[in-house]
Parts: sequence; C-alpha cells; structure tokens
Amino acid sequence: MRTLYQFHGGIHPPGNKAQSTQCGITRVPLPSRLVIPFRQHAGEAAKPAVQAGEHVLKGQLIGMPCGFVSSAVHASTSGTIAAIDAQPIAHPSGMPDLCATLIPDGKEEWFPHEAVDYRNSDPADLRQRLRMAGVVGLGGAGFPSDLKLRFLRLHPSQKIDTLILNGAECEPYITCDDMLMRERAAEIVQGAEMLRFILDAGEVLVAIEDNKPQAITAMRQAVTESKLPFEVVVVPTIYPGGSAKQLIRVLTGLEVPSGKLPTDIGVQCFNVATVYSAYRALAQGELLLSRIVTITGNVRHAQNFEVLLGTPVQELVALGEALPDTDRYIMGGPMMGVELASLAVPLVKAGNCIIAASGKLFPPAPPTLPCIRCTRCAQVCPADLQPMDLYWFAQSREFGKAQAFSLFDCIECGACSYVCPSHIPLVQYFQFAKSEIRARAQEKQAADHARERHEFREYRIEREKQEKAEKLAAKEQAIRQSRAAATPANPVPGPAIQPEIQAAIERAKAQAATVEPKNTDNPTPQQLAEIAGIEAQRERVRDLAKSAVEHTNGHDKN
Amino acid sequence: MLSALLVMAGIAIVLGAVLGYSAIKFRVEGNPLVDKIDAILPQTQCGQCGYPGCRPYAAAIASGEADINLCPPGGEEGIHKLADLLGVEFKPFGGNTAIKPKSVAFIDENVCIGCTLCIQACPVDAIVGAAKQMHTIIASECTGCELCVAPCPVDCISMVPIREKITTWKWKYPVYSLAPAK
Repeated sequence: MRTLYQFHGGIHPPGNKAQSTQCGITRVPLPSRLVIPFRQHAGEAAKPAVQAGEHVLKGQLIGMPCGFVSSAVHASTSGTIAAIDAQPIAHPSGMPDLCATLIPDGKEEWFPHEAVDYRNSDPADLRQRLRMAGVVGLGGAGFPSDLKLRFLRLHPSQKIDTLILNGAECEPYITCDDMLMRERAAEIVQGAEMLRFILDAGEVLVAIEDNKPQAITAMRQAVTESKLPFEVVVVPTIYPGGSAKQLIRVLTGLEVPSGKLPTDIGVQCFNVATVYSAYRALAQGELLLSRIVTITGNVRHAQNFEVLLGTPVQELVALGEALPDTDRYIMGGPMMGVELASLAVPLVKAGNCIIAASGKLFPPAPPTLPCIRCTRCAQVCPADLQPMDLYWFAQSREFGKAQAFSLFDCIECGACSYVCPSHIPLVQYFQFAKSEIRARAQEKQAADHARERHEFREYRIEREKQEKAEKLAAKEQAIRQSRAAATPANPVPGPAIQPEIQAAIERAKAQAATVEPKNTDNPTPQQLAEIAGIEAQRERVRDLAKSAVEHTNGHDKN
Repeated sequence: MLSALLVMAGIAIVLGAVLGYSAIKFRVEGNPLVDKIDAILPQTQCGQCGYPGCRPYAAAIASGEADINLCPPGGEEGIHKLADLLGVEFKPFGGNTAIKPKSVAFIDENVCIGCTLCIQACPVDAIVGAAKQMHTIIASECTGCELCVAPCPVDCISMVPIREKITTWKWKYPVYSLAPAK
C-alpha cells in the first residue's frame, strides 16, 4: 500500500457524476457543419494551411503550428472548407476568433496516415509527430503535449522519476475520463508506456479518485494484462485533487515550488485522455480529431459522446435533449467552466463537458456581502494562499502587493468562492488582477523596446552627422594637400597661366573703358526732372538722419 | 584647549579627505532619478508633453521644471506611478492634449507619394520606405505618437485605434451590488 499525502484545503461539492455514467460512450452522427478554431490550445494559434473552397480529407492538416508553444489543427472529416473567418468560440470574452468552416461530404475519406514503431524511433521524432498530430492536454488547459515531453533537452541532468496519469477527474458533473478509462483502459496503458519511453521516466502511477470504482477495476485489469510495472493508485475524492500540482502532492508528498514546473522536481503529469490520444497518434497514426464529451446537467439524457472537434454545441445539446427551463450552457465543469455566449460555439480540444444550466440546478448566488475576514477561503485554498488578502489587493488595484502574496500560484479552482459566506466572486477578482498584471508587463516590454529603438535612432543620426563631417574634413584636407603639392611641384603651369589671366583682366578693363552705359545718354527733360526729384529726396533723407543722430547725441549729453 | 582644537581640526581634515575622495571615486554619471522617471514614461516619444521625447520630459520632471501630469499616453495610471515615485500628490491630467485610446498609424498606400517626411519624423524607425517608393508602417513597432501625421504633405496617414483582440482581452473588474441592509 502506497503512502498518500494531503494537500492543503479542498472542498467536497456534490459529485453529480452518476447521471452521465448510466450508458457507454456513443459516437455522434456527422453534423452538417463543423467549425474548427485555429486556436484550440495554449499558446500561438495555428496558421491556416488551406484556403476557402478547398476540398480536404479527414485528418488533413488545415492549421500549421506557428511558434514554439503551438499545435497543429486538422480537418475532423472529409469535405469542403466553406470559409476561413472569425466565428464565435468558447471564451470568457465572448469574442470571435479565426475558424475554418467545414461542410462534410459524408464520405469520411481519410488522409493517408501511418502508425509508427515507437520503440525503434527517436524521441525527438515522436515529439514532432505528436506536435503535428495536434495532441494537447485534454484536461482543460490545452497545453501542447510535445512540449511537456521535451523538457529533457532543457535540463539534461534532471530525470523524470514519476510519470503520473491523471484520472482523478475531480470536478463535479464531468465523467468523460471515467468512461474513457472504463471502456478504453488497454489503449491508455499502451499510451502511458509510449510516453514513459519518450520521457525515459521511472515509475508510472495511474491516479483515480475513489468515486470511480469501475474505472479503477478496468485500469487495474488493463495494467495486469499488459504486464507493465504500472501502479493504479486510488486517491481520495476531493476538489481540486485533479489539479496537477495538488495530485503530485498527494502521490509523492512533493510540492512544486512557486513559479517552477513539475519537471523541476522530477515528476510529469498527463491527463488520461491526453495519453489515449497520444496512443492513437503514435500507434495508429490517427490524429486528434475527436474527443469524449460529457453532456449533462439539465438534460433528459445525460451521457458521454465521442464528438468530432468542431461540432457545434447545439448539436450536442440536441442529443442530450436539454429541458425547456435551461437558461444557459457551460463548457467545462461548474467550478471552472466557461459560460457560452451562443450555442453555435464549436467543441474544441479542451472542451470536456457541456452542462445545461438552469436556475433550479445552479441557483443564482445570493447578494454579495462585505468581506468579514473569516478566513474560510484560506482554509480551503489548495495552493495555500490567503484569498482574503489577495481579494483586498485586487479590489483596490494594488497589483504589486497581490503579486507579492503569490497571486500567480492561484489555480483559479473556485474553492474560495464556493465557501465564501459573503458570496464574493473571489476568482473573478483574481482573474482580473492576473490579466491586468500580464497586460502591464506587456506594456512595459513594449515601452522598453520603443526606448531602445528611439535611442538607437538618435545614435544613428548622430553617427551619420559625424560621418558626414569627417568626410567633409577629409575632402578639404585632400584639396588643401593637392594645392600645396601643386604649387611647388608644378612650377611650369604657374608662369604659363599667370600672363593669360593678366591679359584677360586687361582686356576686360579696356572693354569697360570703351563701352559707356547707354541708359544715361541723352535723357529726356522728363527723365532729368525725375532724377533731380530723386536726388532731392535722397538729400532730404540724409539731412533728416544726420539731424536725428545729432539730436540723440545732444540728448545723451544733456 | 589647544588639544581640543587640534583634535577637532584633525577630525575635520580626515572627514574632509574621505568626503573629497568619495566624491571622486563614487561619482554618479547622470541623474539616477531621470532613469527612474524615464522607466515609468510610456516611451511613445510623442512630444505631447511639450518636450522633445520621453527622456527630456523625465529630465524636466527631475529638475522640477515640469509637472508630472503632462503625459497623455501614460494616462492617469502613469501620473499615479510618478506621484508614488516622487512622493508628491496625485494631480489630474493637465496637458494640452486629451488622453486618447491607444492607436497605431496607418498609411493609405494609394495616396502616399513617397516623400520620406514621415520616415524622418518617426522617433522609433517604425516606417519603411524610400524616396519615391511607397511607405508603410510596421504596426508592431509603432508607438502611436502621431508625429508622422503632421509632416505628411498629402494627408495619407491616419491613426487607427487598436481594437481589443482575443489575445489582448482582459478580465473586467467584477461589478455587482452589495446586499442592502435590512
């Protein structure tokens, strides 16, 4: 029996998982239209690799990974790309993002793909395959999996002692990982072996919360059949026990230091659904085109479906038969999910659950009261923070202090908001403060960049000025030198040229003497009168000026 | 009496020597306060404060010539930060120009005649082009200072406000009403 540890805090919200585990995973019929966002993962959006009007096959690359933290996006089925434009997506802002609209042709024609023998492959090659297969974390964060496998190049001395398969699924209502483990345990175990191979990890632990007995049995059986030295560990049901850092603490007793990654303490953690998709990508060459989604909440048929990525949520809601009093929909769990702005929003890689919500199911929170500093939030915080202080700093916009109180260690699990007797939306404050701090850091970076460019420009202008001056000086110097060199070295042209010049000057003088200005010859009496008038005027002005000078001089003397 | 005077004079000479030496040895080039103020200013180099760039304005604040509330791109937040740094009271914005939303310059390339006047005006070299060739703005480098707008002889440069994108979206400050007292 393995010794388990505890993390600080945690809550026990009602599980509500039984509704959606009554029947197995069902495939969803092909929808009439798929909307595939180019940003389904953390990091940079994929770059469109197809054009509107193009015919694509199932699994054909339509979005090229762009940048270090990025992943590929593929056509979920064969058909025609109708448009590449901004469409509504599941995002707290409700803003649209770049998506490809795919009209399926119903043939499900596959793009050529092949399996790989991972044991005889280079891990770098396998990582690249996962990147191009679009495998990202399916637990909710959507972080590209190949990057979680490549850390070894950054820290060659660090070895991964423990690879954890996260099947805890701690958030209420969600059962997609539970059903996946029940039905496809063997594939998950094979996938875990592949990831262990790539990471060269030590032990492999499969963590499952004790509220999933069937999944535990299935996984244990699969591990036994595979004869691999994996261990299925049953962990107590507590929210947020499925969060990577908290799960690592429970299994190993180690705490991931603030601002560090699990790999820094020799642990790596993957969601079971991610492991399953990695298995499909490597062992069958099948890319990440579909995922298991729980449709639950205020619906008649709560169930798990295998859904093609890009399927509009309204098709899924129709399958679950949402009850008429449903007033909103949530993608993800009730604690951390995103409320959907519209039902046209497509299902994405990170979308593990669709909850139909109604006032009866999730009663509106009672009016908020002032914080009384009861510290219940601090008692349940799994990151061991002081949410009441963070709240105080966030609401007064003292971001520096919030950061000093480790705001960025907050995992936004919502446990503090859940227990707050004053019903303060604490997580919203933390999200607000985090995004403000990030925006400021970006602005600061932009300002520093601008300063650098401005300073360089000034330096460049100064340099150009100097260069010009130097060039001019050099030229003058050269002329002076050539003159100085010319006079003593070439005495021959001197006397030869000198008389010529003298002759020219004399010629000009003689010409000036012989030619008289013609405009003064024979002036008419009228012109003479005008000239006399002007002369008189000049005389008067001269007298005036003289008297004025005398006057001021006399004045000064007085 | 005499010994006391000698002791005091001796101490004075020694301390004077120490101070004189440290004044030379630990001399600080430039004003460190100017650097601190410059770090807060937004570096648009727009000159809307009345000084030819952010650093001259920082120098003017440091020497007490200029007020802290003249920088429109810095906004109220910038004034708050300067007030904190300098230990003075916050003042509402008092410049001649209004605080505007963040923008980038845009050149209408059909109208541009390639005169290079805007290139010479740009403080951060964010415009590419050459004489009698079309010019264009490198949007990612543009600080939105508007210095290129005035010199353009054909008025082909306009300022386009930056729209919020999904990547630059920020969580809003939570707004709710407190429960009324009974």
